[in-house]
Amino acid sequence: MKILSIESSCDETAVAVIEDGRHILANQVYTQIAIHRKYGGVVPEIASRNHVMKMPFVVQDALDEAHLDFQDIDAIAVTKGPGLVGALLVGVSEAKALAYALDKPLIGVNHIEGHIAANYLAFPELEPPFLALVVSGGHTNLVIVKDYGLNVILGRTRDDAAGEAFDKVARVLGYPYPGGPAIDKAAQTGDEHAVEFPRAMLEDGSYDFSFSGLKSAVLNEINHNKMKGIDFRKEDIAASFQAAVLDVLTDKTVRCAEENHVKKIVLAGGVSANKGLRKRMSQVGKKHGWQLYYPPLSLCTDNAAMIGARAYYDYQLGRTSDWHLNAMPGLELPGVVK
Amino acid sequence: MKLLMIDTSTIVATAAVVDENRLIAETIVNYKKKHSEKMLPAIDHLFQDSGMKLSDMDAFGVVNGPGSFTGLRIGMATAKGFAQALEKPIVTVSTLESLAYNACVYPHYICPVIDAQRGQVYTALYRFEGNTTNSILTSYLSEGVYGIDTLIEEIKAKNEKEEPVLFLGDGLKKHGRQLSEISPKIQLMPAYFAMNRASSAAAAGYQKLSKGETVNYFQAGLNYLRKSSAEEQMEKKQGKIDG
Repeated sequence: MKILSIESSCDETAVAVIEDGRHILANQVYTQIAIHRKYGGVVPEIASRNHVMKMPFVVQDALDEAHLDFQDIDAIAVTKGPGLVGALLVGVSEAKALAYALDKPLIGVNHIEGHIAANYLAFPELEPPFLALVVSGGHTNLVIVKDYGLNVILGRTRDDAAGEAFDKVARVLGYPYPGGPAIDKAAQTGDEHAVEFPRAMLEDGSYDFSFSGLKSAVLNEINHNKMKGIDFRKEDIAASFQAAVLDVLTDKTVRCAEENHVKKIVLAGGVSANKGLRKRMSQVGKKHGWQLYYPPLSLCTDNAAMIGARAYYDYQLGRTSDWHLNAMPGLELPGVVK
Repeated sequence: MKLLMIDTSTIVATAAVVDENRLIAETIVNYKKKHSEKMLPAIDHLFQDSGMKLSDMDAFGVVNGPGSFTGLRIGMATAKGFAQALEKPIVTVSTLESLAYNACVYPHYICPVIDAQRGQVYTALYRFEGNTTNSILTSYLSEGVYGIDTLIEEIKAKNEKEEPVLFLGDGLKKHGRQLSEISPKIQLMPAYFAMNRASSAAAAGYQKLSKGETVNYFQAGLNYLRKSSAEEQMEKKQGKIDG
């Protein structure tokens, strides 16, 4: 089954063609990073304006890359949420029109589930059940994927997602957008023990996350140094901040894996591109005998391939959409909350 | 030739199918703005009720601004999707021209006004000229964003003879009274006929289609008439630095 998938939840205009949820026939991403950089972050209105003009080109590029025509496509998939509402609406409207005109099924896909499914593309042998740590700009989740159709959600973010904290800290340190990769790079030459930032573990046994306290602590530290004229290395702040985030993420993942007797661990989401996180998880994984999976960098950031991969399983489960499909900016990861 | 026209530029979600000199079907929902949910099901009903198929269309039309930024994109993305899937051309019609076609036999000035917030309207000034079989919409004030006071001055300047001027569009709700005080010959279109209708856009669009004034689904663009507020702020800041 060949699915043409569309992703426009933020500032990437992306279209892919995926076969049977596992094989990438085309994966086109038009990134708007250069457009948004001068504003220090994504401007939703500008992102939406670019999506609507770029989309037909990216659709055509994906078909060309796959050497296919619309007639060869069996279904149309699209990110329905979460994301920026105006940006999502472009992809949703386009996908609905394509599906209606071609008389093909329409599959609205949850973007967070898409991030998890990126691993299905990279690892043909990977099947549920497994424990997934999803870390992105808007979401931090610890979830046991029991089956393709059932998530048991153990932890979620209570305030700022990890990626959000990365972006804000980067901005204050004066790194260009997107801030995550910049912090990661700076952290590699900084001293992670330079500043002892708080690690919010929340109450005993909780797998939820909170990064707003850490974010404030970092911003206070920077402001304090600036006010008092104290010299500081940006790299040290970046390294100390990143170490605090990674401590929380790894500690909770380890505890969760042990308590639930899971050895198969999957990283997903934009922040899974973070070299520090990958390295730390690999070290911890070796110690605990994990089979650790994380997607190649090209599938960590937003892309449509992961949406097409997830769409295949949604379709198998009968989770298709009708012509009323709307953008759902505040959509959560579906599943049973434990 | 059959044309499907889509208009989601304002609170009205409307679509129509026209043939030469015939309105075949039309849907208008002027209630709560959920265009992304309702527009495609409404189009689907329109085809089911009339027994036509989307693939029977020779071209797809879309009202391409000004109006609600998000609404415009829903319409445009839908039209582009249809056109790309079926390899058909696109016809774009201005929201303001489309409104003028609501009053296509009116012999004097027509001034569509769409609320642009901040005390401004998206507007233009037109007149249908020529004879009944070949009437041409002529522009007397180019499309733009105008403060309501500026618009009133512009109209007074253009209309020295104090001919009648007909106002219509959703800007009447906020500014109708002020506009009606320009002169005793001002006319405000009754609400039913003051709002966007896809059949009016289709009337304008069909003329363009007949003349071959189409664009492809890559080219078809939107006329927002206003930049994003982030761009406006950036320009203001740069203006201060430069100045």
